[in-house]
Amino acid sequence: MNNVFVYCEIEGTTVQEVSQELLTKGRKLANQLGVELHAVVAGTDIKGKVEEQILPYGVDKLFVFDGKDLFPYTSAPHTDILVNLFKEEEPQICLMGATVIGRDLGPRVSSSLTSGLTADCTQLEIGEYDDLKTGKHFDNLLYQIRPAFGGNIVATIVNPEHRPQMATVRSGVMQKSVYEGECRKEVVYPEVSKYVSAEAYVVKVLDHHVEAAKHNLKGAPIVVAGGYGMGSKEGFDMLFDLAKVLHGEVGGSRAAVDAGFCDHDRQIGQTGVTVHPKVYIACGISGQIQHIAGMQDSGIIISVNSDPDAPINKIADYVIVGTVEEVIPKLIKYYKQNSK
Amino acid sequence: MSLKIVVLAKQVPDTRNVGKDAMTAEGTVNRAALPAIFNPEDLNALEQALRLKEQNPGSTVGVLTMGPPRAGEIIRQGLYRGADTGWLLTDRLFAGADTLATSYALATAIKKIGDVDIVIGGRQAIDGDTAQVGPQVAQKLGLNQVTYAEEILKIENGVATIRRHIDGGVEVVEAPLPVVITVNGSAAPCRPQNAKLVMKYKRATCPMERPAEGTPYDYLYEERPYLTLNQWSVADVDGDANQCGLAGSPTKVKAVKNIVFQAKESKTLSPSDADVESLIKELLDEKIIG
Repeated sequence: MNNVFVYCEIEGTTVQEVSQELLTKGRKLANQLGVELHAVVAGTDIKGKVEEQILPYGVDKLFVFDGKDLFPYTSAPHTDILVNLFKEEEPQICLMGATVIGRDLGPRVSSSLTSGLTADCTQLEIGEYDDLKTGKHFDNLLYQIRPAFGGNIVATIVNPEHRPQMATVRSGVMQKSVYEGECRKEVVYPEVSKYVSAEAYVVKVLDHHVEAAKHNLKGAPIVVAGGYGMGSKEGFDMLFDLAKVLHGEVGGSRAAVDAGFCDHDRQIGQTGVTVHPKVYIACGISGQIQHIAGMQDSGIIISVNSDPDAPINKIADYVIVGTVEEVIPKLIKYYKQNSK
Repeated sequence: MSLKIVVLAKQVPDTRNVGKDAMTAEGTVNRAALPAIFNPEDLNALEQALRLKEQNPGSTVGVLTMGPPRAGEIIRQGLYRGADTGWLLTDRLFAGADTLATSYALATAIKKIGDVDIVIGGRQAIDGDTAQVGPQVAQKLGLNQVTYAEEILKIENGVATIRRHIDGGVEVVEAPLPVVITVNGSAAPCRPQNAKLVMKYKRATCPMERPAEGTPYDYLYEERPYLTLNQWSVADVDGDANQCGLAGSPTKVKAVKNIVFQAKESKTLSPSDADVESLIKELLDEKIIG
């Protein structure tokens, strides 16, 4: 009762990184609240294959639902599992990835349980809340903090009266780390048919095709990102040369993606990937709020921009005021000359 | 087979084109400074609905929206593109709704419409970006759902075959009707407005959109009943006021603040060879790169 739950998403028998990131966050919240961290995973032939990808992140109890047709994911069976499990367990918090699956499953579960759900949170904290209308005071609520209105404001949302308090978080927003403290690491394998009705399996997946990511933008130590200021797709391609010599990855702002300079999966920002590299080189990026939200936690930020007043320069450690056409070849040249 | 299709559409502030005056000095959103538009992914959904109507003779497409009286514009824009009818849910009791209360209101309206084969809407609206309303409507109606759809490939023997976008790939699924579908922005764009339909429906309004003192076109409304759009209150859809609006919303907004980024002390460099080389050397010396 009253524990923190994380729904773990899988592809085949691989637990998704976003779920591990949420387990790390969930462990911290559970410690703060003095409760346990529980995890739930559902798939087909996963017994013995997923446990070690989940338990090290500080899980006290893991519920593994292993049954035919639980992978690929469809809405109804996974909803049934969570809804019926939550009726038994009555968790106070449930976290899931703001992925295609999490954003399909979360609202369906929250609607079934009439509990509140906040999408795409960028921070989760524990705090108190006073309802000014009713005069009621609540301790230890989950603050679900998220950008709204295209990233122009940040709202803190609470669910005072309904449980569980549900939130989804995008991949890369939290950071995963194996838990060093004590935890129970119990694993149970509930009977799937006790949770999922036979009628739930009506939607059939005829074809499921997933390609491995072509790049590791999220985990790259050095990110070279370009904006609309790169001028053209050809101009943008210069960034791949710079990223190659620096052993980094290439990202783009929404404006660059919309202009067709780079692929959508390289978009950095609130509606794209969130990155935390050691070095972030922003080339021809003006720095709209929604872009900055996806890279502000980078170690060193270098901005290359012909406009000395570009908003991104305010959060940059180094600002090179100049055109990308002039500066980027020089960065490549002097890196090659000076590195071993 | 003929299909009864309801398109869920929302009038939203255009958050993609936020100008300098979009935020007030107090850091709140100045809605008046943002143009109100048809939510982009709802247009993708409307296109899928209109294609189904063309492929399945006898089908009808209706646009369901919730909002203040001026959201009647969304129904008109649907009619201009080929929808047959529309419903505006408008009532002060609907105000302040979070996604769950919104879904409740839409689901009660869909029940009132009755015998719907397909409910289709955009994946998410650009003012909230939550993607929650589609699945919540489906749950409230006890229907199957297919989210992130890119194309409805076919409807045969009461089963829809749908291609959908998933993380890192694509999926093709089969779902029996009735079904709730949400459409991704990568789906086909919506057809433009049709000039003949614009002429036909340009005076179409909900009663609450009309000024109390009357309009010069009042005679038209009597002659042409299709120019009066359906306008429903909580009572009209047999809704429970406690599940609508702020009262029916489990989530509460504790605080809203403007985003202020911590400004750093930056070092400004020129694009000269000397400056660029010294920066590279500094980063290499401190083992930040290399």
